[in-house]
Amino acid sequence: MSALPLIAHDRPAAVVAYRRGQAISAAQFLDDVRALAVRLPASTHVLNFCSDRYRFAVGLAASLVSGKCSILPSTHTPEVIRHLRAFAPDVFCLSDDPQCPIALPQLLYVDATARANGDAHDGGQFSVPQIDAGQLAAFVFTSGSSGTPVPHAKTWGRLVQCVRAEVTRLPVHDLAGCAILGTVPAQHMYGLESTVLLPLQSGGALCAERPFFPADIAASLNALPRASVLISTPVHLRALLAAELLLPGLELIVSATAMLPANLAREVESRYGAPLLEIYGSTETGQMASRRTALEDQWRLWPGVRLTLGDAHCSAHGGHLARPTALADVLEPTSDEHFLLHGRTADLVNIAGKRSSLAYLNHQLIAIPGVMDAAFFVRDDSEASLAGVTRLAALVVAPRLDAATIIQALRQRIDPVFLPRPLLLVEHLPRNATGKLPQHTLRALSAQAALQQPHLFA
Amino acid sequence: MSEQALPTLTTPPIDTLALEREIAQLIVKGLNLPMQPDEIDPEAALYGEGLGLDSIDILEIALIVSKQYGIQLRADNQENARIFRSLRQFARYVAEQRVK
Repeated sequence: MSALPLIAHDRPAAVVAYRRGQAISAAQFLDDVRALAVRLPASTHVLNFCSDRYRFAVGLAASLVSGKCSILPSTHTPEVIRHLRAFAPDVFCLSDDPQCPIALPQLLYVDATARANGDAHDGGQFSVPQIDAGQLAAFVFTSGSSGTPVPHAKTWGRLVQCVRAEVTRLPVHDLAGCAILGTVPAQHMYGLESTVLLPLQSGGALCAERPFFPADIAASLNALPRASVLISTPVHLRALLAAELLLPGLELIVSATAMLPANLAREVESRYGAPLLEIYGSTETGQMASRRTALEDQWRLWPGVRLTLGDAHCSAHGGHLARPTALADVLEPTSDEHFLLHGRTADLVNIAGKRSSLAYLNHQLIAIPGVMDAAFFVRDDSEASLAGVTRLAALVVAPRLDAATIIQALRQRIDPVFLPRPLLLVEHLPRNATGKLPQHTLRALSAQAALQQPHLFA
Repeated sequence: MSEQALPTLTTPPIDTLALEREIAQLIVKGLNLPMQPDEIDPEAALYGEGLGLDSIDILEIALIVSKQYGIQLRADNQENARIFRSLRQFARYVAEQRVK
């Protein structure tokens, strides 16, 4: 089995990361990786919860060089952590928060002191670790539909192949000369690939910050001494446009996690004078296609990736994919390497880039003691907010509970973006003859129920 | 030497009360909250428990105050814990910082 380098940076002084505009060299990074690797416990599974992206990258790299596997769940509720403990009983949590709320054995990330002898003088010791392509690098989890998170194994070789394919698709002349700033967390597939592995494997620089408000994004970009790539989502891009801030030095904007309307893409491109590339992918497949949304409808697959239309699902294979993988979206292949995307299959929901399924959410809601029956549904798109987010609502049959109590219990189980607003209590659900609950029936019933109980919001 | 404790205002001045009501209306409308603006407890936490807002809501609120009052919220603002403590504290911050 072949081995692939941990980072593409080939000089000790090459910049691997920026934190508040300060460069961190490849030599410093490898020092930090070695220092952390010797502190890691003997167990083989690491839940990497570092919110600072540089520390996350050091944690990921230290895990790789020690033969450990990173555990990356889609959310960190107590219910999910309980499942992770069952999945990997030896799992520990690497965190940079001394008050980390996760109920697992903790290892606190400690920042190393900067190299005393300067970055460039390494006495010939600069050597980039090589990682076996077949090594299991991470389990990335989807929420699953039955209440148990589903692990997706990612080997180092497949992850690297995927982001190297991404590099060939990005319309940037010199990615190694860019800083890559992300508004998404490193712990999810898109963030892992595009904000951590992409800079490490292209010779570019990652940014430790994860700016949140539009003014934070502008400030982070202003602090960078080089041209930059912004890795973001439709929610943040809408917020940026609405805030009417200037963003200096952008070479490229990347969007993923939810479909970006073409008019928004055009507005982003003209406002910031940079191309916007939209990426298609999933936790199961990783990133696998892209398009220049302002100019084209069709998506182009990563090199070697192909689609097959099945009875119910389209599946992808080849390229960085280890095996044929069913896709949860409705895709229409238009040529060997192109397709049109027609949205998601009915059960899937995507709220501000977080994916789940109605089946999973319903399962979590019905599992609450006292809840007799319940159903989540997607609210009307016309109720979308300023940032373009449409929320979920839920109808619940629970004669002995109030809405606030149910919300409180649900908060322990599901990611807060999926919390229903509103949660409406009803006497029974309008199930049809087959026990099904059409979404439009739920919306209609909710409109009636809302009139009678307008105060039920946690 | 002990620091002098600042007196806590239990009732905000009249103009802040009006602003508080105005912001409550903007939030309820902007976030599609299924409640009346005057049902927001002005002392309850905006984030997490309390009003139950999440990070996307906070981003929405950032857009609202940027449009309405010309204020750009920042995540690294040391005062954020105070600003988001309640509607009342948030209104006080808007009153101090607004440029329109």
